[in-house]
Amino acid sequence: MTDARYDRAPGDISISAEAKERTLSDVGIYTIGLALAVILTATSFWVANTSLLWAPGIPLGLVVLAIAQMGVHLIFFLHITTGPDNTNNVLALAFGVLIVTVVVAGSLAIMTNLNDGMMPAELMNLHMQH
Amino acid sequence: MNIAVAVDDVRREALPSASEAGPAPKRIVVAYGFWIFLLSDIVMFSALFAAYAVLVRATAGGPAGAQLFNQVSVAIETACLLVSTYTCGMMSLAVNARRRAATYFFAVVTFVLGAAFLYLEVREFADMIARGATPQRSAFLSAFFTLVGCHGLHVAAGLAWLAVMMAQVAVRGFRASVERRLLCFALFWHALDIVWVWLFTVVYLMGVRP
Repeated sequence: MTDARYDRAPGDISISAEAKERTLSDVGIYTIGLALAVILTATSFWVANTSLLWAPGIPLGLVVLAIAQMGVHLIFFLHITTGPDNTNNVLALAFGVLIVTVVVAGSLAIMTNLNDGMMPAELMNLHMQH
Repeated sequence: MNIAVAVDDVRREALPSASEAGPAPKRIVVAYGFWIFLLSDIVMFSALFAAYAVLVRATAGGPAGAQLFNQVSVAIETACLLVSTYTCGMMSLAVNARRRAATYFFAVVTFVLGAAFLYLEVREFADMIARGATPQRSAFLSAFFTLVGCHGLHVAAGLAWLAVMMAQVAVRGFRASVERRLLCFALFWHALDIVWVWLFTVVYLMGVRP
């Protein structure tokens, strides 16, 4: 630990004093992350192929599993924490997530709306003949 | 309990804050800059994802995802990339501990798994093109090849980067500059796996459903 409280570099596993207080080894953190990611991935593949679940809810379930796995990767592999030395990293990530949400949700909402507003193909053909 | 918190605060306040101590070390500045780049890269991927989601039904009478995607192949690709992310993390720990042999070992495992992923993906693309499902066939296939191909290109770039980094470790050793690049590489590789999580969820698992 240096003599100042610097931020932590993104992706850097803690080399500060708190690392010595941790009961879990660095390898243990990655291994837990791998185990959780494997469980979530296997669940995703099962959910996509099973007939036990209510079919219209499956895409939503898959999205929830993907968000959970993204969280596992961020915490166990990229070592993003809520600590004060991580504030800048988290703020940058939050801004990225905001832009991604705006781009994806906005595109889908606009295109769905345009599709709904479009004349059906048969009517369009009829219209073009006159 | 309150006393414990107070004592903790005193210990923390005793240290000068980062702004008083001058600029942050280069390792933090470099990694943070690379973090910003990765987030911008993910924003680019989000645009490709949005395009794919909008065009997924636009098959123009051609084959749809359910006829094209092979889930077994996707599962193996996912396993390759996930385990390679784990071995990349092990490589980071070996670098932090300055253990050269372990660094090489985990770098080789990471490289082999990444190359296996890429091989499976290229084979899948070749198989689709042989069956007439080329990028020109429909808007859906254009979007599919752009999105998945862009991720594949990133993986290929990552493999080249990893090979260069191992050469640098061999020639220059664990210098501060080499360590910073290795940290950035690990960030890059983990971020690629996050993108792949969304790829196999949105493209392959949602795509095989009618």
